[in-house]
Amino acid sequence: MSEPLVIDRQGVDALIAVLIDRGYEVVGPTVRGQTILYDTITSTEDLPVGIRDRQEAGSYRLEERGDDALFGYVVGPQSFKKYLTPPGTVFWKGLRTEDGFETVEADPPPRHAFFGARPCEVAAMRVQDDVYLPVGDGVYTERRERSFTVAVNCTEPAATCFCASLGTGPAVSDGYDIALTEVLSGEHHFFLAEAGTDIGEDVLADLSARPAHDEEVVGARRLVVHASDHMGRSLETDGLQELLSANLANSIWNEIGNRCLTCTNCTMVCPTCFCSTVEDRQALDGSSAERVRTWDSCFTLDFSYIHGGPVRSSPGARYRQWITHKLSTWQDQFGSFGCVGCGRCITWCPVGIDITQEAAAVRERDIRKVAVGIPSVKEVLE
Amino acid sequence: MHPVPCRVRSVVRELDDTFTLDLEPPSDGWSFVPGQFTMLYAFGVGEVPISISGDPGDPTRLVQTIRAVGPVSDALTSVAVGDVVGVRGPFGTAWPMELAEGRDLIIMTGGIGLAPLRPAILHTLEHRDRYNNVTLLYGARSPGDLLFAEQLQQWRGRFDLEVLITVDHADRTWRGPVGVVTSLIGRASFDPETAVAMVCGPEIMMRFTIQELERAGMTEDRLFVSMERNMKCGIGLCGHCQLGKFFVCKDGPVLSCAAMTGACWTREV
Ligand SMILES: Cc1cc2nc3c(=O)[nH]c(=O)nc-3n(C[C@H](O)[C@H](O)[C@H](O)COP(=O)(O)OP(=O)(O)OC[C@H]3O[C@@H](n4cnc5c(N)ncnc54)[C@H](O)[C@@H]3O)c2cc1C
Ligand code: SF4
Ligand code: SF4
Ligand code: FES
Repeated sequence: MSEPLVIDRQGVDALIAVLIDRGYEVVGPTVRGQTILYDTITSTEDLPVGIRDRQEAGSYRLEERGDDALFGYVVGPQSFKKYLTPPGTVFWKGLRTEDGFETVEADPPPRHAFFGARPCEVAAMRVQDDVYLPVGDGVYTERRERSFTVAVNCTEPAATCFCASLGTGPAVSDGYDIALTEVLSGEHHFFLAEAGTDIGEDVLADLSARPAHDEEVVGARRLVVHASDHMGRSLETDGLQELLSANLANSIWNEIGNRCLTCTNCTMVCPTCFCSTVEDRQALDGSSAERVRTWDSCFTLDFSYIHGGPVRSSPGARYRQWITHKLSTWQDQFGSFGCVGCGRCITWCPVGIDITQEAAAVRERDIRKVAVGIPSVKEVLE
Repeated sequence: MHPVPCRVRSVVRELDDTFTLDLEPPSDGWSFVPGQFTMLYAFGVGEVPISISGDPGDPTRLVQTIRAVGPVSDALTSVAVGDVVGVRGPFGTAWPMELAEGRDLIIMTGGIGLAPLRPAILHTLEHRDRYNNVTLLYGARSPGDLLFAEQLQQWRGRFDLEVLITVDHADRTWRGPVGVVTSLIGRASFDPETAVAMVCGPEIMMRFTIQELERAGMTEDRLFVSMERNMKCGIGLCGHCQLGKFFVCKDGPVLSCAAMTGACWTREV
């Protein structure tokens, strides 16, 4: 790709305008109530300008930063999966006919430009790509292929972030059309803009941007490296896959199960969680029916219901299923972790259950280690 | 993936709550292998996984046997000849018909579990010379609950197939064994060193059966089960059917016990 460019806030506005002009619905971060959510934006006015988010286990708060940063916060409770697999998507409609029924396709989706996508978010889309694209899921594939991604590198991670442990951030490495890095120091406030694809380059060519000086590039890169060294949390990934698959019988799951409310928050906010269910609806007169897909969660009882009762009736078994899938069986299934280290599940868990802490606790109490480490009564007496 | 409307050619009442549908296959050239299932859709009501219970050698018929246990299976068993139901599939893995060639074959099942194994039995009978001793061990609640009773009677009359049947509760007409299906293992003639077993039933029944077959000298790599999990998509997308690292809809339903490992038998996995 061509060399990095420099734009200012007007340039960012111009970028949004170009995308709208090219037929994209631009969706990005915007303040709604006390939270940063994704919604349609038309200019930088819609962004959470000068806002910071304070995140901790079970807590989320917005504050004034006292500056004009456009991207001075990280991720809110939503991810772009709300656009790629919108809950309530109609798969198809069926109409009763003389001799049975026929199915008709749902309407084509809008073209989205995902604006201000954090590296973990971009990584999460790649994780979901591996789930949906090989199967050829129509809903996801069509939306994903029509989408455009403007990523924003992270320079100020939250206390709940641990993307550096998973190699998914704080710099975006792949899967973006344009990447921005915001630099705000004293007088200087500019954005390094880099294309990741031909179409990204084409869009950047529509802006009046100048090539970046070397110092500007180095300065911007340094901010991102600094972020990498200041992650709020970390996750030890060494041997993690085997650790969890070997600890299904650990008593820790019951203990976590005692705290977990099985509220499903963690799965709803997670950008990689893909579990879904379908609802079949029928018009009252029986003339038509439709199949609708909605998000589902492995934390509900219905999720694993088979005739006779749910397979996972205890909350502990459901938490075990979730974390083991994220950090172990996802590797078997898709060759990557099902976690990108965005920290959302930590922030939005009402009781503050923390995936990094629980994984560390399992490591601490690894039943393989404990089984060997604790001598039997007989051994002690001898 | 849309369900393909398929016309019902005939409906056979097998038991009070169990019916076999003979459907027009979704397309010309449609075929399946023993062990596979389809997602059957009752218009506007819902869609559920149902095994194919017909003859794999006859691709002109899609035969499925359904026990009515809830809204969707009720709707599917209430259809009449000429109605249509939606079909997606076939999905899933096959019983190891080739591995069993040249060996003794044990087929163990209970209740409605005979339906997913019938294609395997029909296949062995069609290619009988490829297999050594073939034994069907089948358990039902009572003599009145025997699925495919007429066909079982025919099979019992054959010299090249051993059929052993047990019931939990006998009545006055019953002259056979009473008790769980595992109690029949001792009566079957098979070489535990080489035989292949195919097992389908409730999970608890499969656990005990596998234990008993291992006790009899069989090894995990020759023991196969058909697992049951909640299924919404059939193609590895909805997450419902997960069993450890497996998506039962595409990595199963037929799984080898060697692949299942201890993790899959852990409670509530
Ligand atoms: C691979 C496979 C093959 C099967 N083959 C057969 C067969 O040949 N004949 C037969 O009668 N039944 C079979 N079943 C079981 C059958 O799918 C359930 O009986 C059916 O889903 C019940 O749905 P329902 O709406 O009528 O009842 P409810 O019990 O009210 O079910 C509500 C919902 O729970 C889910 N569910 C309930 N029970 C099961 C179950 N046992 N397995 C999976 N999902 C379930 C379904 O999504 C269902 O819509 C099979 C299941 C699997 C997984
Ligand atoms: S598991 Fe938690 S930290 Fe990991 S991607 Fe999902 S929400 Fe983010
Ligand atoms: S871990 Fe927390 S967020 Fe997830 S279901 Fe349990 S209580 Fe809810
Ligand atoms: S049934 Fe949906 S993933 Fe297997």
